[in-house]
Amino acid sequence: MSTSAVPGGDTRAGTTQDPRRSRLAGLLLGIAVMAAVDEIVFHQLLGWHHFYDRSTPDVALLSDGLLHTAELVVLVAGFFVLADVRAERALDRTRAWSGFFLGAGAFQVFDGVVNHKVLGLHEVRYDVDLLPYDVAWNAAGVVLLVVGAVLAVRARRRRT
Amino acid sequence: MNPPGIAPCAVVGLGPVSAHGAAPMDTTAAGWVLPVLLVVVPLTLFLVALRRGPARRAARRVAWFASGLLLAAAALSPPVDAWAHHDARGHMTQHLLLGMYAPIALVMASPVAALLGVVPPRARHVTARVLRSRPLHVLSHPATAAVLHIGGLAALYLTPLYAATATHPLLHHLVHVHFVAAGCLFAWAVVGPDPAPARPGMRTRLVVLVVAGGVHAALAKLLYARAGELPVGAHQDVEQAQQAAQLMYYGGDVAEVALAVALFAWWARGRAHARRRVGSRRMPSEVLHAPA
Repeated sequence: MSTSAVPGGDTRAGTTQDPRRSRLAGLLLGIAVMAAVDEIVFHQLLGWHHFYDRSTPDVALLSDGLLHTAELVVLVAGFFVLADVRAERALDRTRAWSGFFLGAGAFQVFDGVVNHKVLGLHEVRYDVDLLPYDVAWNAAGVVLLVVGAVLAVRARRRRT
Repeated sequence: MNPPGIAPCAVVGLGPVSAHGAAPMDTTAAGWVLPVLLVVVPLTLFLVALRRGPARRAARRVAWFASGLLLAAAALSPPVDAWAHHDARGHMTQHLLLGMYAPIALVMASPVAALLGVVPPRARHVTARVLRSRPLHVLSHPATAAVLHIGGLAALYLTPLYAATATHPLLHHLVHVHFVAAGCLFAWAVVGPDPAPARPGMRTRLVVLVVAGGVHAALAKLLYARAGELPVGAHQDVEQAQQAAQLMYYGGDVAEVALAVALFAWWARGRAHARRRVGSRRMPSEVLHAPA
């Protein structure tokens, strides 16, 4: 997944590629990597979020736990689906990258809107004016989604 | 773990009873009897079974089985048991080793396959009937196993059961046995690799794995949030209890990932097997690498 496909090299190979599973692998890894970044950078390194900030209702704890474990399983699933597509030499790299950015962006926006605002699990940062942080958080997610969408369009154009 | 010259102590037997709060675990040689027996006896039986029966991937399975036994023995060794006796973090380490890591390693050794290999022909009929019986299907369903595994934890930490284990040594030991048994049942039901009767497909097993892990994570955060109040009547040091809860949370993550990797590795083996059967039609490598 480190280099993009050879330009124009997809025309014949396209018949053997599996765009659906390539995108799925990227999507799963994008979601999981973004979740890991959130967990490692913001929870552990910066300490902006808290492990538990004592404002979370018990019910939200359960959804938090389910999301957290789902992320772990999605990470493992992403690697295995990627390995599976590669084993069949059916990896469509552009699709995979497109899926990766779409997954990462979708997770970022989901985290910003549902986790932070709807469920009220935690905020981006405490004891500061939240608005710029919330805007930056969700804008970053939207940028990732746009990159993913652009790549998806490019992948589709090349196939036709 | 397995110091030399410990064998004669086996004669002394399981004299001193240990439990959190009951009597401080003696750190003398006698305390090592149980952990050493726990490794030596099952490992010997496993080796005998592998020698007699059809032993596929024997070296790897022995390594898994021995690791599982060593992890369980480490959890019950005098230093760890003494730590668990007065510190919530020690108890949680014991819980992780007995309920998660040891069972995963044991199950990866395919112990049921080894057992079936040495069952005498006469008993094989009965064994097969037991394995096909409905109660066993219900018991070995991943969802049942998850309820026994995670539900047992919830019962221990959210009810006065935890405090009761401090004063009743027998109850304390039963809880340990339940940790190991339910952990093994869960790992076995979700990932195998042992054959299991009517084991559901990938999707059901993944859902059960996520839900069980999610409830475990939520339980850990609840223990963190109510450190000092939970477990009921345990009166733990708040800071130690918080660290123990984080240990449970992140330790559970490690087990979750290990189980997910084992499950997907099984899935990948099936895919690779299917590809080999289909032949090279699905893998036209020359086409992909040919210049356009």
